[in-house]
Amino acid sequence: MRPKLTFWKLVFVFILAVGVYATFVRFTRGLGGSTYLSDKFPWGIWIGFDVLCGVMLAAGGFTLTAAVYILNINRLHSIVRPTVLTAFLGYLLVCVALMYDLGKPYNIWHPLIMRNPHSVMFEVAYCVMLYTTVLALEFSPIVLERFQLYKAIKVVRAVQIPLVICGVILSTLHQSSLGSLYLIMPEKLHPFWYSPLLPVFFFLSAIAVGLAMTIFESSMSAKHFGQQLELPIIQELGRVLLVVLAIYGILRFEDLMHRDALRLTFRPGYETYLFWIETVLTLILPLILLLQKKIRTSAGGLYATAVLVVLGFITNRLNVSITGMESSAGLRYFPRWTELSVTALIIAGGFALFGLAVRYLPIFHNHVVKEQTLEEPEVAVPAGVLSHVGD
Amino acid sequence: MSKALLYDATLCIDCKQCEAACAEKNHLPYDDAIAAEDRQSEHKFTVVLAKGDKYMRRLCMNCSDPACASVCPVAALRKTPEGPVIYEASRCMGCRYCMIACPFGVPKYEWNKLAPRVQKCTMCADRVLAGQPTACAAACPTGATKFGDHDELLNEARRRRNDNPEKYVDRIFGRFEVGGTSVLLLSSIPFEEFGYPSQIPQDPLPLFTYRVLSRIPDFVPLGGMVLGGVWWITHRREEVAAAEGATEETGSSSGRER
Repeated sequence: MRPKLTFWKLVFVFILAVGVYATFVRFTRGLGGSTYLSDKFPWGIWIGFDVLCGVMLAAGGFTLTAAVYILNINRLHSIVRPTVLTAFLGYLLVCVALMYDLGKPYNIWHPLIMRNPHSVMFEVAYCVMLYTTVLALEFSPIVLERFQLYKAIKVVRAVQIPLVICGVILSTLHQSSLGSLYLIMPEKLHPFWYSPLLPVFFFLSAIAVGLAMTIFESSMSAKHFGQQLELPIIQELGRVLLVVLAIYGILRFEDLMHRDALRLTFRPGYETYLFWIETVLTLILPLILLLQKKIRTSAGGLYATAVLVVLGFITNRLNVSITGMESSAGLRYFPRWTELSVTALIIAGGFALFGLAVRYLPIFHNHVVKEQTLEEPEVAVPAGVLSHVGD
Repeated sequence: MSKALLYDATLCIDCKQCEAACAEKNHLPYDDAIAAEDRQSEHKFTVVLAKGDKYMRRLCMNCSDPACASVCPVAALRKTPEGPVIYEASRCMGCRYCMIACPFGVPKYEWNKLAPRVQKCTMCADRVLAGQPTACAAACPTGATKFGDHDELLNEARRRRNDNPEKYVDRIFGRFEVGGTSVLLLSSIPFEEFGYPSQIPQDPLPLFTYRVLSRIPDFVPLGGMVLGGVWWITHRREEVAAAEGATEETGSSSGRER
């Protein structure tokens, strides 16, 4: 145990050091001196991975809160806290990434007062801003509980359901709108990825990734934080994931067929290979795995499927934002070391913050006990249904 | 009264007076080295391209319904009723969505500056608003670049092509492309030869996003109501179950199990 810990700490320190230096380069030499972005290729990995994937990976937050608070699936209640924590951290890190990518990061607040409601980016900016606030509030009971501020918790709980509903609406809007960003370039984005259904695909895949990330995290938490793996919960998530992936797959291929792009997928080429990597990871392998009851009900099988789905949709977002744009730009883009190390720094920061939060805040422990004690009055007094939300 | 530019490549002599005038007007450096550069950049808003003895200008098309202005989250880019698409650097936060959205690849970025601006031809908005022609049109010695009223210039372009159909390709670039532009082009060889996109929608590009974006105002109250309704139903079930459990107090506690 001990040497392993030291190794990962070493990796972390290395990422931190290089990342800090890359940050220095970015803010002293500008975007030109720190990235391989150019007039022909203005959006790189900071948008493609840090923002598009970052928001997607944080989708567990709205998926799970909707399932628990709106659909009232109480079995999933015990993983709400780690999932909301991940979502909150995810959105904070997306905001950090934007500070690197924006040419004038100190103007990031401009959409607040300079509005252009016809812009998808404006809508995304507003939704992300509001949803980060919603997540902060959804997360706040955990911090308040740590400092035993029970009166404040009551205030937050009183508005919990409206908050969750706002969160789901805001997420639906901006998860899909990240796809809508690309609707305006029908002549630029490769036909494998340009589709009038882009917003639908981005939304459905956000749900799939939200579920997969929740499975992934539950398994990881079980391993590293000594939590009991709650198998029935994960099985439940796996079943829903199967349905979402099936719907996504049918829509994706029907759309390719209707746009006459399906035959292109068998013509060898750069885009074709990446299209099939994406399709194998997002659809073919996960569907094969999930359709087998033995795998669908085993912790290991579900964990492997979740990893595939997450990797697959990361490939999908990078394909939309980078692979699909390269041909029309007439170049191949590969990120510079500074771009990669800033991204690594942000990911490492996410892991570190998650670890710290788990150590110092009541994310996992005593959770099951607490829920049982709250169960009694809730059933006896129907008006107190709200009392357990936020745990 | 919308203004426009008509560029007739058959009249162009590749003197690059328009390039020089543009640089001077926009306070940009201009020398022989820059004159030799054959692409638009953050320090060269217009360029005369040559293919043998055929020439073609590239400049911002100043679209009637510009993608760049529609995507800008802070409205730093704006279409003026007079024609020019203008840019306000103080609003810009540098997201570069305009660059990726423009079908002609016009907006360029000051990549090496710490407070970078988007740079592009703005059709000499200040001159046009003051009733003057653009700097490039004023400098053109042959009349290849002509400034005037949009509808009149379009008629003139049609007349020129009808009078000499063998001299021009059968297309006035900018008449239908992305819903029309404030720069109209005539050429004797295909526009694609000079890097103009070969396949370009005739619908204004902002329509592609507006079809989706316009549904949001309906979605928010509807989504809120549906989610609220679902919440009410799922929790009502629980309440009813609890109430029924309470009336059957005499029996076992099995009623509470879900």
